[in-house]
Amino acid sequence: MKKEISFILNGNEVSLSVSSDEKLLEVLRNTLGITSPKYSCGKGECGACTVLLDGKTVRSCIMLAVEADKSEIVTLEGFQKNGLTNIQKVFLKHNAFQCGFCAPGFILSTDELLRENPEPNEEEIREALAGNLCRCTGYKNIIEAVEEMVKIRKEGAEQ
Amino acid sequence: MKKLNVVGHDAVRIDLKEKITGTAKYTDDFAFGPNLLHMSVLSSPHAHAEIMGIDTSEAEKLPGVRAVATGKDFPQKIGLYLKDKSILPVDRVRYIGEQVAVVIATSKKIADEGCRRIKVDYKVLPSIHNQMKAMDADAVLIHPNLGDYEVVPWLNPQPGRNISHIRKIRKGDTEKGFEEADFVLEDEYAVPHVVHAALEPHITVALYDYNERFTFWNSTQSPHTQRNMIAEALKIPHQNVRVVAGSVGGGFGGKAGISMEALGVVCRKVPGFPVKLRWSREEEFYNSSQRQGLQAQIKIGVTKEGKITALKHKLYWDVGASAEYGNNVVNATGFSATGPYYIPNVSIDSLAVYTNNPPCAAYRGFGYSEFHFGLESILDSVAKHIKMDPVEFRRKNAIKVGDKVAYGVPMNPSGMHECIDRVAEAIEWGKEVESKDPDKVIAKGFACAWKAPAMPANAGSSVFIKFSEDASINVELSGMEIGQGLHTTMAKFAAEELGLPLEKVRVELPDTDRSPYEWQTVASHETWALGNAVILAAREAKERIFDVVHRAYFLEKEFLYLEDAKVKNELDPTFQLPLKDFVISGIETEHHTWIGGPITGSGSYIPEFTNAMVDPETGQGGHPNVHYTVGAGAVTIELDKKTGVIRVLHMAEAFDAGKAINPDLAKDQIVGGFVQGLGTALYEEVHFDKDGKILNPNFTDYKIPTTLDVPYKMDPILVEVPQPDGPFGARGISEHTMIPVMPAVANAVANAVGLRIRDIPLTAEKIALRLNSKEFKPEY
Repeated sequence: MKKEISFILNGNEVSLSVSSDEKLLEVLRNTLGITSPKYSCGKGECGACTVLLDGKTVRSCIMLAVEADKSEIVTLEGFQKNGLTNIQKVFLKHNAFQCGFCAPGFILSTDELLRENPEPNEEEIREALAGNLCRCTGYKNIIEAVEEMVKIRKEGAEQ
Repeated sequence: MKKLNVVGHDAVRIDLKEKITGTAKYTDDFAFGPNLLHMSVLSSPHAHAEIMGIDTSEAEKLPGVRAVATGKDFPQKIGLYLKDKSILPVDRVRYIGEQVAVVIATSKKIADEGCRRIKVDYKVLPSIHNQMKAMDADAVLIHPNLGDYEVVPWLNPQPGRNISHIRKIRKGDTEKGFEEADFVLEDEYAVPHVVHAALEPHITVALYDYNERFTFWNSTQSPHTQRNMIAEALKIPHQNVRVVAGSVGGGFGGKAGISMEALGVVCRKVPGFPVKLRWSREEEFYNSSQRQGLQAQIKIGVTKEGKITALKHKLYWDVGASAEYGNNVVNATGFSATGPYYIPNVSIDSLAVYTNNPPCAAYRGFGYSEFHFGLESILDSVAKHIKMDPVEFRRKNAIKVGDKVAYGVPMNPSGMHECIDRVAEAIEWGKEVESKDPDKVIAKGFACAWKAPAMPANAGSSVFIKFSEDASINVELSGMEIGQGLHTTMAKFAAEELGLPLEKVRVELPDTDRSPYEWQTVASHETWALGNAVILAAREAKERIFDVVHRAYFLEKEFLYLEDAKVKNELDPTFQLPLKDFVISGIETEHHTWIGGPITGSGSYIPEFTNAMVDPETGQGGHPNVHYTVGAGAVTIELDKKTGVIRVLHMAEAFDAGKAINPDLAKDQIVGGFVQGLGTALYEEVHFDKDGKILNPNFTDYKIPTTLDVPYKMDPILVEVPQPDGPFGARGISEHTMIPVMPAVANAVANAVGLRIRDIPLTAEKIALRLNSKEFKPEY
C-alpha cells in the first residue's frame, strides 16, 4: 500500500509516495539519494543508519518511512551544509575514524549528546555513544575527540 | 640516515575528510539508475545433503523476475589455493546457509519472493560439526572428490579423509628434548568460531554488457585476485573482467579472496542490467567466511632454569565446508606455532579439517590469535610450575636475531626483548594492586606474539606515479585502503622520496582496468611490499627528473636532490628549480625548444627470496615467510568473583614496526586491534545448534565491543628495530595487535583466582560457574 508523506529533509521540503512497509533508510538512500546513513545491521543495533529526526537521533533502518511524515530530518549532508562543523573538525584532528563507515552516525550522535548535555564527563560520553558500533578504532580517539570538543566549549572557543 | 620530513611524523589521514563528510563512496552508495536489478539467494536449510533436483519454474513465472540460476548454470569450480567450491553447488550442499540458487528481479522484495518459490529436493546426509569427529575413520566424507580438485603445489590435501591440508614441522628431536626437560606439561585449548563483524556488509554490483565484459563494483580487499578468479573460473579473457573498488567499510580479512562476489557472474543472464547483491547481517554471519575453530594439543618441556627444550603442538582446525582460502591459515600457523621463542626441538602438525560448518578463511591474525591462546596460556602455567615469573620465563626463551625458526631459517632483525620490557614496564609488572571491593580481584596477565605475512612466494605489488602541472602527484596502486591507513602510508613514502609535502599526493581506490596490479591487501604485508613498490616508482620518477635537469642544465645527476618540491644541487645552493616549472611541460632551452615531458614512474615488487616448496614431512628446505613482526601485550583486569564479570582496567601492547611511518596511526592500529581482540577474549563466539544453524547471527546476540567495554587506560607502544628490506625499515603490525589479547586476559584470570580457562571466550557466566562450583581447585 502506498502513502503520501512529506517532511523537511536537510532544510528542504520533500513530498513523496512510499510503501507502508518501506523503512526510512531505504527511502533516504534509494529514493532521495542520501547516502551518509548506512545499512549495516538492519535491526537498529549498530547506529550506522543514524539520522536526526526533530533533533533526536533515530535508527532509520528500523523506522518506517510513514512514521517520518511531517517531521524534520537532518542527515550528515544537511548537518554540514554550511561547511565543516566543529564536531567534524575535532574528529579530523584526532584521526577518530579508520574505515569511516560508522562516522556519519557517530557525528550525529555526538551532536545530540552535546546539545542535551553540553559538558559530559568521560563516562557520560561513553554511555551516550555506546549505541554506535565501530569495529576499527577501539573508540579511543573518538572519546578523546569528544572530550576535546567539551573542553573547547568550556573555554568558550566555540561561537 | 638522512633527515625525514614526512615519514615518521604524525599526520591527519589523507582519506579522513572524505569519510567524515560522507563523501567517501562505499559500494552501496554508487548510483546505478533505474535499470538496477536486485539479487536474492536461496540458502540451504540442511548442513549436508545431496541435491536431487531443483524446480525453479514457479520463480521464473513471478512477474518482475528476470533470471534464476542454479549450479546447472554456474557449476564452475573456484578457489584461491584449492578449488573446492563451485560458484553454485551442483549436487551437494555442505552447510546451512550455503547458496543453492539465486533470483534476479526488479526489486529485492520480488527476488526474495522468487527464492521462496524455488523447490529443492534434498536427500539429507549425516553432518559433522566437530573437527575431532570429522577425522574418525568412519566419518562421512564432506568432499568425496577432494583428490580431483585443482590445488597449488604447496598444499597437501588428503583424499579419502576430511582433511584438506596438513602442514608438518619436524625440527631437532622432540623425544630427546622432553627427556632433557625437568618438567613436562601437556594441555588442550579450544577456540570457537568468531566473525569479522565489519560494519559494512559484503556487497557486489555486477554488470555484463553487450561487449561481453563483466564489470564488478565490489567492497573488497582483493580486486585483482577477484578478477583473476572470475576470469579463470569462467575461462574468459582477463581483460573482459573489470573490478572497481568502492570504499571499504571494514575488511579484517573477511573481504579478502572471493566469497559472495562470485555470484555476481549470474548477471550474464541479464546483459545490460547492473545487478546488486548485498548481504543482510544474517547472511554476513553465514557467508562471509568465519574465523576457524581450533582444538590445540600442546606438550612442552622445560629445564628448571626455565629453558624450553621441546614443543609438540597439534593444531586441529575446523575450516568448515570449504578450505579454498582457509588452508593457508592452517599452513601459515603450522610454520609458526612455536610462537616467538627459540625452541631447539619442535614437532608441529597443523590440520585443516572439513566440517559442515560455514566456510572459514582469513580473519585479522590469520590463525595466529587462535594458536597463541593455547601456547601463551601453557607458557604461563609451565613458568609457574617451575616457580619462575612468566615474564622472566618469556625473556629467557624469546627469539633473537639469527636464531633458527622452526623451519630452519634465521630470524630477521626484531626487538622481541624490547617489546617484553616496554610492556612489562608500562603495565607495572610485579606491582600488586588490591581492589577496594572485597568481591573483586585485580590482577595482571601477559602474552607475547608474532606473525609473518602468509602469502604465495611470488605475491606481487606494482605502482604508477604521475605528476600534474602544479607538481602534485597521483600514486596509482591497487592496495586497498580498508581503514588501516594504507593510502596515507603510501602517500608518505612517495612524498618523502620525491621531496613533496603530503598535501601534494593523491591516492585513489583502484579499478583493475586502470590501476596497476596488486595481489591482495592482506597479511599486513602492504606497508612492506607495496611500500617497496611505491619507493621504486618514486625513484624512477626521480631519475627522470634528474635526467631532464641534466640535459637542460648540464648538471651532474649525482649531486641533484629533491626538497620542498624543488630540484636542488648539493654543489650550488642557488640552484633551486621548482618541479612545477617543468614536470609536465619540460624545460625550455634558449632556442625555444623543450626538453623532458610529463614525468611518470613505475615500480614492481615481489620478494625474490621466498620459497613455499618445503619437505611435506618436515617443513624444512624452503623459505616460506618473508619475515616476522614481534610484540607483546598485557592487561590489568578487575574480576568480580561472584558474577564472573571482567573489566579490563589497563592495557599495554608493544609491537616492532621496524619504522613507524605514521606513529599515531600505528598506535591506532594497536588500540583498534586490542579492542577487537578483547571482544574475542571476553564474549565473541558464534553459537551453533546441533545441526549447524547459527543461534546468534545479529549484534544483539553476538556482541562486539562498545565504548563501554574499552579500558580507560591504553598504552600503545612502538618499537623500531629496522627491517633491512623494508621501506625506511618498516614492517606491518596491523593484524598482530589482536594476537596477545586472548591469552593475556586468560592469564590474568588465572593469576587473579587460579582459574585456568582452556576454552575461550572468558564469559562472565563461564567464570562464575566454574569459580563457584564445588569441584573448583586453584591451578596455574
